[in-house]
Amino acid sequence: MSLFIGGFAIIFIGGLASLFCGRRGGLASLCGVLGTAAGSIAAIIPAFKVLFSGAAESVQIAWAVPFGSFCLRLDPLSAFFLIPILGLSSIAAVYGVEYLSSYQSRKNLGVPWFFYALLLVGMMLVVAAGNGLLFLIAWEIMSVASFFLVSFEYEKPAVRQAGLSYLIAMHIGTAFLILFFILLSSGTGSLDFDKIPMFPAAKANLLFLLAVVGFGTKAGFMPLHVWLPHAHPAAPSHVSAVMSGVMIKTGIYGLVRAAMLLGTPPAWWGWLLIMIGAVSGILGVLFALAQHDLKRLLAYHSVENIGIITIGLGVGLLGVHLHSPILAVLGFAGGLFHVLNHAVFKGLLFLCAGSVLHSSGTGCLDKLGGLIKRMPWTASAFLVGAAAISGLPPLNGFASEFLLYLGVFKNNGGDGLEMLVLALIVIGSLALIGGLALACFTKAFGIVFLGHPRSGAAQESHEAGVLMKLSMAVLACLCVLLGLLSPWVVRSAAYVIAAIAPLPMGQIEAELGCASSVLLGFVFVSLVFAIVLFGLTAVRCRLLKSRCVRQSVTWDCGYARPDSRMQYTATSFAQPITALFNVFLQTRKKFLPPEGLFPVRSSFETETPDLGERYLYLPLYRWICALFGKLQWLQHGRVQIYIFYIALTLWLLLMWKLM
Amino acid sequence: MVILLKILNLAVTLTAAPLLLGIIIRVKAWFAGRTGQPLLQPYYDIWKLLRKGTVYSVSTSWVFRAGPLVSLAVTLTAALLLPMGGLPAVFAFDGDFLVFVYLLGLLRFFMIVSALDTGSSFEGMGSSREAAFSALCEPALLIGLAAIAKITGHASLTPMAASLQPALWTAAGPAFVLVGFALIIVFLSENCRIPVDDPTTHLELTMIHEAMVLDHGGLDLGMLQYAAALKMWLLGLVLVGVVVPIHSGFLCLDTAATLLCMGLLAVLVGIVESSMARIRLLRIPPLLIGAAALSVLALVLVYR
Repeated sequence: MSLFIGGFAIIFIGGLASLFCGRRGGLASLCGVLGTAAGSIAAIIPAFKVLFSGAAESVQIAWAVPFGSFCLRLDPLSAFFLIPILGLSSIAAVYGVEYLSSYQSRKNLGVPWFFYALLLVGMMLVVAAGNGLLFLIAWEIMSVASFFLVSFEYEKPAVRQAGLSYLIAMHIGTAFLILFFILLSSGTGSLDFDKIPMFPAAKANLLFLLAVVGFGTKAGFMPLHVWLPHAHPAAPSHVSAVMSGVMIKTGIYGLVRAAMLLGTPPAWWGWLLIMIGAVSGILGVLFALAQHDLKRLLAYHSVENIGIITIGLGVGLLGVHLHSPILAVLGFAGGLFHVLNHAVFKGLLFLCAGSVLHSSGTGCLDKLGGLIKRMPWTASAFLVGAAAISGLPPLNGFASEFLLYLGVFKNNGGDGLEMLVLALIVIGSLALIGGLALACFTKAFGIVFLGHPRSGAAQESHEAGVLMKLSMAVLACLCVLLGLLSPWVVRSAAYVIAAIAPLPMGQIEAELGCASSVLLGFVFVSLVFAIVLFGLTAVRCRLLKSRCVRQSVTWDCGYARPDSRMQYTATSFAQPITALFNVFLQTRKKFLPPEGLFPVRSSFETETPDLGERYLYLPLYRWICALFGKLQWLQHGRVQIYIFYIALTLWLLLMWKLM
Repeated sequence: MVILLKILNLAVTLTAAPLLLGIIIRVKAWFAGRTGQPLLQPYYDIWKLLRKGTVYSVSTSWVFRAGPLVSLAVTLTAALLLPMGGLPAVFAFDGDFLVFVYLLGLLRFFMIVSALDTGSSFEGMGSSREAAFSALCEPALLIGLAAIAKITGHASLTPMAASLQPALWTAAGPAFVLVGFALIIVFLSENCRIPVDDPTTHLELTMIHEAMVLDHGGLDLGMLQYAAALKMWLLGLVLVGVVVPIHSGFLCLDTAATLLCMGLLAVLVGIVESSMARIRLLRIPPLLIGAAALSVLALVLVYR
């Protein structure tokens, strides 16, 4: 535990140091990245120790705050979330050094590094907090630090807007969490997690709903996800990677922790999570398909992946309720493994998107193209990430989805409507999400990196620097490794699942052993695939050596002047799917048809506004606005009247006291 | 002994795959009143292409060159997962059909990106359609397989096919019929046959798969064609394996019956192609959603 606190302190001190040498950008970056990396290495050691030994560590520090106690506790669940948090944050920090260096002349780099350290410290505290009040404070540190990071380029109005909407969304979520913790403490008066009593069913249900809304806002459940597509494109890319890769997972962590605290789950908790997961997953990927901006597209994919994770948690909770060890273990294992996998491939994809943005200056898909020629490293890394997020073997994304499928396929929990609905929702939505994600990422990769450049900006792009390439390469390798090592990674989740699900350890280990042996089959197939691919490549190389290999233009139908604007665009690529699902997407089209015999100008625009924004948040805010509008008569702008209000209040308070 | 059987399975798959195409073409010729090309013509075509060099577009990168390699590697690897009548699969483990389905996903991924690599709108068009239609095929295929897994109580293809007694058919006949229909639609769509795609035209308004391979030539095209033939064989094996109850107890008889069923499947495809027109592109999603609905119905019947 002392290592954890030491790492915590190193990161914070590194952040402070970079704040103090902020004017000298290089030094600030150095302090920031050294602090983050050294602190993360120190703190990740106890996390691994706890994960593999299963023995929780805790420390209590004196802290005189009502309801609060400074209790830090590393149990297997915290440790499991801590590992991707620390790992991805340090890799992204290395990337950030080079990414931020282009701002060096214009901005004080100490500030983003300080808030980066603060965000990391906040996330560490969130997963390690053993007390409700401490948790809320850490939660707030995390939200506010990330708000400042999102608003890094505050001179742009869109960024300010995004930052503000993020801040508001976070605090709506936090309001539900405050309510959650107040209700949680109302029994014993203590907010220590280990002193929470068992609740009657009605209260536990209410608490669970509060947790779903509160943590769901952070995690990005549909339709609470509205801040994601604004905040991720606005933030610097290494911050987007951390926010999307690990910060939103603290919402998942909170939800799991809440479910643990609230005791045996009734069936509907599981069903609710499965439904939320399926809706978030399918709508998330559909909205991603309709996007024109690379980082916005990735942000919607976070919603999709959170959906997959939530399906896993829901299946797990349902398994606990039904006393079906296979559902419980494989559901939780799949969901949690996907937490780890998503951190890796989404982090990678955001870093790649950052390199594209950094070198070409635009994230607009339809202005890019052909970048693989100028940015071969970034393109290859993006390809790995794209295949991983589409859940394709032999990469890690497949392994976690495979576990979820397997849980449902092997579940012999009996017949009946319940099992039917479960199989239909889980298999149907995972299959559909998989197919649509593949469509979306072939679109993203194909339009951005392949073909011809669609604008001058894309033509003048250049490869990222050494540090950026290094961090992308590390994450891409992790995508492959986590896939190939999945049988062993899954086994290491035994203690985490034992902490969540009230099952005997032997049973959990047996189920995980089963899953791991099945994954071993997948690893074998992957290895055979790699060997076959290698062999075929060698054979083709040999064959082509002695044969005629020519270069020519792409077949253009005999047309003499092909133009890069004639290529398929992101919009046209996604059109068959977006047209099919237009019921949900409600894409707005603006078409200016060509007119006359010699048409000069014609244009076509599509825009897909967010569903949650349009039908949930906007009406809600309008209603609140109208409500407060009715109170406007109180406001006159005259000082005398305000003084009268103050006097009136004082008088009322006095009367109240006297009575 | 078992190892020999596994190798035999693989050998039959690798050699017999292009024959399906030959049969389909012959059936179509017979319907049209022509003599048609030799049954082994697809072999000659692939062999001819494999002996050629290639032409690469200047727009393309390594992704384009990787497309045919990955396609062939995927189909060769996927061939290890399927049993054939009495012959067991080389690899069999729970959920192996998921690996199979997602391996085909990897193939599709590389086909699409290597098509987009040329920067041609024809190939963009083909790949966009391929992405949309196969996304809709996936639920139909996996839910259908879930129904079969539930009936047989196995989550792996080899025991699934082995336990497919005729008695199961009498118990859950309607579910098998529904899954059979769903899988036939998936089979036609995934292999780019009429009524979803027309493999004989190069007209850009109708084509899907043909548009995607427009710029591949020579050796690469040969590899792609062999991979496509293998893919058709493998999906046919899944269809025959999980729907037709071949279980005589004699290894040779079972295998021969499976091969016969594969031949009949090819004849069926030929008949469908001769008697139907390709449907309009806008009508394809409802067809595929219909296939998914059949699978869902089968699952409902199984869990009833």
